Amino acid sequence: MLLGVIVWILTVVICYFFLGHYWWFPPPISEHGQAYDAQFNATLWVTGVIFFLAQIALGYVIIRFRDKGGTAKYSHGNNMMEALWTSATALLFIGLVLAGTRIWAAVHFAEAPADALRIEVLGKQFAWSFRYPGPDGKFGRTDIKQINDQGGNSFGIDEKDPAGKDDITSASIKVPAGKPILLILKSRDVIHNFFVRELRLKQDIVPGMEIPFHFQADKIGVYEVPCSELCGLGHHQMRTTLEVMSEANFEKWKQEQAAQK
Amino acid sequence: MSSPVVHAHGAPQGFIRRYIFSLDHKVIGIQYYFLALFSVFLGMSLSVLMRFHMVYPDAKVSLFEKLWPTGAAGGIMTPELYLSLMTMHGTIMVFFVLTTAPQSGFGNYFLPIQIGAEDMAFPVLNMLSFWTTLLALVVMVSAFFVQGGAPLSGWTAYPPLSAVGPLSGPGEGMGQTLWVISIAIFCGASLMGAINFIATTIDLRARGMSMMRLPLTVWSWFVTAILGLLGFAVLLAAGVLLLLDRMAGTSFFLPAGLVVNDQILNHKGGSPLLWQHLFWFFGHPEVYIAILPGMGLASQLLATFSRKPIFGYRAMVYAILGIGFLGFFVWGHHMFMSGMNPYSAMAFSILTMSIGVPSAIKTFNWIGTLWGGRIRFTTAMLFALGFVSLFVSGGISGIFLGQPALDLYFHDTYFVVGHFHMIMGVAAIFGMFGGTFYWFPKMFGRMMNETLGKIHFYLTFLGVYAIFTPMHFLGIAGNPRRYADFTNFEFMNNLMPVHKFMTHAAIFTAVVQLIFVFNLFWSMRKGAKAPVNPWDSTTLEWTVSSPPPFDNFAGKHPVVNHGAYEYSVPGAAKDYIMQSDPA
Ligand code: HEM
Ligand SMILES: [Cu+2]
Ligand SMILES: [Cu+2]
Repeated sequence: MLLGVIVWILTVVICYFFLGHYWWFPPPISEHGQAYDAQFNATLWVTGVIFFLAQIALGYVIIRFRDKGGTAKYSHGNNMMEALWTSATALLFIGLVLAGTRIWAAVHFAEAPADALRIEVLGKQFAWSFRYPGPDGKFGRTDIKQINDQGGNSFGIDEKDPAGKDDITSASIKVPAGKPILLILKSRDVIHNFFVRELRLKQDIVPGMEIPFHFQADKIGVYEVPCSELCGLGHHQMRTTLEVMSEANFEKWKQEQAAQK
Repeated sequence: MSSPVVHAHGAPQGFIRRYIFSLDHKVIGIQYYFLALFSVFLGMSLSVLMRFHMVYPDAKVSLFEKLWPTGAAGGIMTPELYLSLMTMHGTIMVFFVLTTAPQSGFGNYFLPIQIGAEDMAFPVLNMLSFWTTLLALVVMVSAFFVQGGAPLSGWTAYPPLSAVGPLSGPGEGMGQTLWVISIAIFCGASLMGAINFIATTIDLRARGMSMMRLPLTVWSWFVTAILGLLGFAVLLAAGVLLLLDRMAGTSFFLPAGLVVNDQILNHKGGSPLLWQHLFWFFGHPEVYIAILPGMGLASQLLATFSRKPIFGYRAMVYAILGIGFLGFFVWGHHMFMSGMNPYSAMAFSILTMSIGVPSAIKTFNWIGTLWGGRIRFTTAMLFALGFVSLFVSGGISGIFLGQPALDLYFHDTYFVVGHFHMIMGVAAIFGMFGGTFYWFPKMFGRMMNETLGKIHFYLTFLGVYAIFTPMHFLGIAGNPRRYADFTNFEFMNNLMPVHKFMTHAAIFTAVVQLIFVFNLFWSMRKGAKAPVNPWDSTTLEWTVSSPPPFDNFAGKHPVVNHGAYEYSVPGAAKDYIMQSDPA
């Protein structure tokens, strides 16, 4: 009896907090982010209704069918109902996955446009580096023997390759708003993860692999990037920022960087 | 079917043969139970320390320094100590609690009795598997005391972090090696146990105990054993490969070009993703190993205490089989963000959603079982009802995580931590509490105190909701998991009040568990004497004395004439018909 009431109260309290958005997503800054939120909300409503009904039903049977004398109903079940709720849940669950497919496909099946700005992302215990091709539009070769973090060469850009001379490196990532960006994710040591909440995007960075990952951010601002795959004792401080700039500011930043070379 | 000569051994006399190196499945079951009880308190204490550190990362506590002179030099916990507590917490909980108590503990004790057998099929193997498990636990805990301390790579131990030795962090030297060895030993123990459970269920059923008359507890132990047999074999292989990478210079999981801590490593040709595939091929079935026995027990308790047959017994059996089978095809949902082929994510996600269907069927059938019942609110029943509530709450969040599109944000956030604690952590623990209150009279011949039991239940029920519900909000706000502290990020600082609330709830819930421990040990000595069948249950363990005689049925061979849950049969003399009652 008491338990039934407690289950009801818990259900209402939990729903209240979910509806109130007290601790919630930051606003999205991309089309993908909006599509993501729509899919999340659809899922939240479907599962929220199931959650609410199931818990309320549980509380109800607890209260209604407590032992008040009399006899329990002798029944081994009902195949009709069994078939009904099996197919209903199957349809609902598979339907949700299929609805989300478009979003996954746009992130992972679609290629980045050919003119996307290419940026290399390097994760290492416990810092980030980003590399842009200089005015020549080409990344220089790298060589792990030339890695020198203190000297500003975390990537190990090969001295002997002229294409690398003008490469720009940075400890945070800056991108122009409204332009397609293609990241090439690399790790030097252990697995890390590149995550931007406002983009609703996340991808592991695996040593030995170069993982392409594209996005487009539309809203100017500075967004925090927390490493999101356990990488060792400094995991919680492996922070950088994504700065989305106007195109003009981005070009200016790039020129300044190139000039320092 | 049972034949009287399979393993006719008399009760041994000496203390050692009787209680220490015992071949009796009942003693072994109790040994497992206490091993798990020790482990759950160790695991819980670690989690309280972790929760404390998260909200007071700079606190100076001299006790910490006493416990970990280097990890907490000056009394301040280091991030590496946090991560090693986290690794040990997860590992101990998953392997030494969730795999141990529901299956090896209760299963060992009650599977033979419920099917009308005198013992397990292979008593010596049974004893060996317990002692091997204990050895694994000793090796695991010893990782705390070696140079560098316990490993920090989490219970999933992803390479390269776990494979390149102390270069990648303290705890990754000897500590991680001991971890891998312990897991390998544990796999061996679980394989022995699994074979025993399978053989026993197939061969030693009493006359008349057809598969469709098995209690659902037996069905779930049986399917769990099959999962264990297939899953632990793969984890064992993976563990050996990891050990070779660490100690013999092989490169199963290590690619070329690694530069760790400014040192160039000479590995080439391996793949970090290979470990993830092997690990989760075991790891997903493992979560069902943890929860299936709880589901079986919940079914048993709901039928018993609502005085009704199981709603859809056959559907329940098919659901257990369906979960067991599909459980081997969904491991990729742990790897949506891993860099594996994104097309395979679609297949894994559809299969994952399919496995949600049998889980949902079970929930519906539980509510169907209660419907029209006459519910007796014993403490055991309260835990079963709590189990259903938690199972729903934890299952719901799985619908988010099973969609690769939504996992693009939720992977490795606190949303995941909330999800798996609800469904695999506390739901399974509720199953264990329910089993304890239900079977304690049979195991120890005395009743547990119901008043203390109910107080403990209500406080725990509220406590776990208070700890684990807010984790979902943290996840929605993007808070990553496996973070030792949150002060480096602006958005996480804003979430601190939620973390504080959870920490207080965790301390409260941990303290409340003392009520249970007190009840357990007090009832063992002082509880009221238990009758043969205190709950008016139908299954065979309730036909024998409490505790049962050494050979379970005192030389008799039970014959089964009825299904497992014949409650409130119209026209019957009592409101239940025992399985062995005359036809
Ligand atoms: C008092 C109850 C408990 C509390 C307060 C608690 C708390 C926590 C916390 C804070 C984490 C670390 C999250 C992170 O840093 O990412 C964690 C991880 C974990 N917990 Fe618990 N937990 C409790 C009970 C359990 C139980 C019963 C289980 C059994 C399944 C469990 C299994 C795990 C696992 C598998 C991990 C993951 C470890 C890893 O990331 O490698 N916990 N828990
Ligand atoms: Cu990290
Ligand atoms: Cu899984």
